[in-house]
Amino acid sequence: MMSILDYGPDAILMKGLTGAADDWRLKAYESRDGYAAIRKILRSGMKPEEVVAEVKKSALRGRGGAGFPTGLKWSFMPRAFPGAKYLICNSDEGEPGTCKDRDIHRYNPHQLIEGMIIGAYAMGIQVGYNYIHGEIWAEYDRFEEALEEARAAGYLGNNILGSEFSFQLHAFHGYGAYICGEETALLESLEGKKGQPRFKPPFPASFGMYGKPTTINNTETFAAVPYIIREGGDAFLNLGKPNNGGTKLFSVTGHVNKPGNYEVKLGTPFAKLLEMAGGMRGGKKLKGVIPGGSSMPVIKGDLMMATDMDYDSIAKAGSMLGSGAVIVMDEDTCMVKAAERLAYFYYEESCGQCTPCREGTGWLYRIIHRIEHGQGRVEDLDLLLNLSDQIQGRTICALGDAAAMPVRAFVKNFREEFEYHIANKRCMVKAGGYSSAHLHELAHQPMAMAAE
Amino acid sequence: MWIIGRENSFVLSTEAKAKIDRELAKFPADQKQSAVMAALAFAQDEHGWLPNELMDEVAQYLGMPSIAVYEVATFYNMYNLKPMGKHKITVCTNLPCALSGGVDAADYLKAKLGVDWKEITADGNFSLVEGECMGACADAPVLLVNNKRMCSFMSNTKLDQLIAELK
Repeated sequence: MMSILDYGPDAILMKGLTGAADDWRLKAYESRDGYAAIRKILRSGMKPEEVVAEVKKSALRGRGGAGFPTGLKWSFMPRAFPGAKYLICNSDEGEPGTCKDRDIHRYNPHQLIEGMIIGAYAMGIQVGYNYIHGEIWAEYDRFEEALEEARAAGYLGNNILGSEFSFQLHAFHGYGAYICGEETALLESLEGKKGQPRFKPPFPASFGMYGKPTTINNTETFAAVPYIIREGGDAFLNLGKPNNGGTKLFSVTGHVNKPGNYEVKLGTPFAKLLEMAGGMRGGKKLKGVIPGGSSMPVIKGDLMMATDMDYDSIAKAGSMLGSGAVIVMDEDTCMVKAAERLAYFYYEESCGQCTPCREGTGWLYRIIHRIEHGQGRVEDLDLLLNLSDQIQGRTICALGDAAAMPVRAFVKNFREEFEYHIANKRCMVKAGGYSSAHLHELAHQPMAMAAE
Repeated sequence: MWIIGRENSFVLSTEAKAKIDRELAKFPADQKQSAVMAALAFAQDEHGWLPNELMDEVAQYLGMPSIAVYEVATFYNMYNLKPMGKHKITVCTNLPCALSGGVDAADYLKAKLGVDWKEITADGNFSLVEGECMGACADAPVLLVNNKRMCSFMSNTKLDQLIAELK
């Protein structure tokens, strides 16, 4: 099927995609100003520290979840450190609701490659790996092919574009473990081990892959870098708002008419994003939104409608922008069932290393499960909140927090539904469940079906 | 482990070894273990699952202890530690997918194939597995066939077509 890949009028990363089958290829990327940034750096003799300064100026923040300032992270790398250093792209996109990095691999892989080349230049790194989520096989193959194109064109390998700068980049395929999206678990996985997170400190910048200085950024973060170098850090910053530079890809899923990825300026009202995603499915009322991927606290619909989509505004509303996965739930969704499914996910994906997470996620799931199934007890809600407090902040990595935060928010924001379930042994919502029954009657034609 | 006098049918083919060699070239010479995940995937592609004998082969080829290979295979959920149906169908039922029919699609497949999660159809053709996030949430309902082929927007009609095609 041919159609225009439309990520919205403000798109920068996904601008100029025509929906043609060869959009992703090197030639097409070059026609969209692709590889102009690395050419600019190497021809003008831009110094590595100048590249880092430009990224700092852009206020680009990590697009994987934590929102850490990218330029600052890059400045932590000991550039003059002798010996091996590594650059890693975290494409292990498995935060429920998030499907944006997959689109970058499908339609714009060279932008990611160019972003990594620039990062490697800025930090004096010679070898990089892109760790790709196990479930996306076609995208992995495509990325390998894109790497071959980039090598053949002299953008990767020794003496890039005739300069002194060399950088080797490889693809690595995960095989189904959510925890490997955590950066130190990802490093363990790259080393051929179980993906169990490491204690920090030491941070990867001093002790990373094979114990060498390593920087890890998200796919979308790298993909934003060519624009910043080409157009300047100020141009990127001015797209968004202070401390929240640039555009962001939001994956909008759940009860909307057009689930998909939309790229908007940071600070865009949620109401506008919802409109881009076709509005509420079946014209139903909005009940709740998880604005940043399943690990983030759910926000009530009314508050969400008054919130802008940027790091600081969402934090003010009581949640986090996270990975930019916006999960929309309508009035007929059973919030107990929704919380139960997420609790099950964290229970299933806990790596088992820390007791509060390994045991606590099981407790959370089993308690919500019994509430959902009419066997809840009055004291269960306080127990859930207490358990969440016992898990959060007491584990090596953030998966414990990721399991605790949504449960706490579901109970706090929708306490009456949990209480109703316990008292009446059934759902407060008439239809109950995931509110998906009427789906097949509706014209369900999401946007990203082109170029296949 | 090898049993003298008995032939081990779970061996790595020359093609699989060539693929592993290509992966090894991505890493420093003293870090062969980094190729273990890919090696296990290639081994599974050839045999459908990962019996200990096959994992021992991988361990030997990469010069690492067998236990370190077992640890990896048992940690990542796309490795098959038991024989599967000819077509392993993994359906995502996580929340974003469920809101758009992921669980409905799974229920439809369970009824159609007459199996529950982790079961194999009587004819050995299909295994049904509950999946976690595949990073394709906007395409819900989403499923994977044998880890590699992702099928999007799986309405009941499309599920019927897929099963007919694979039979």
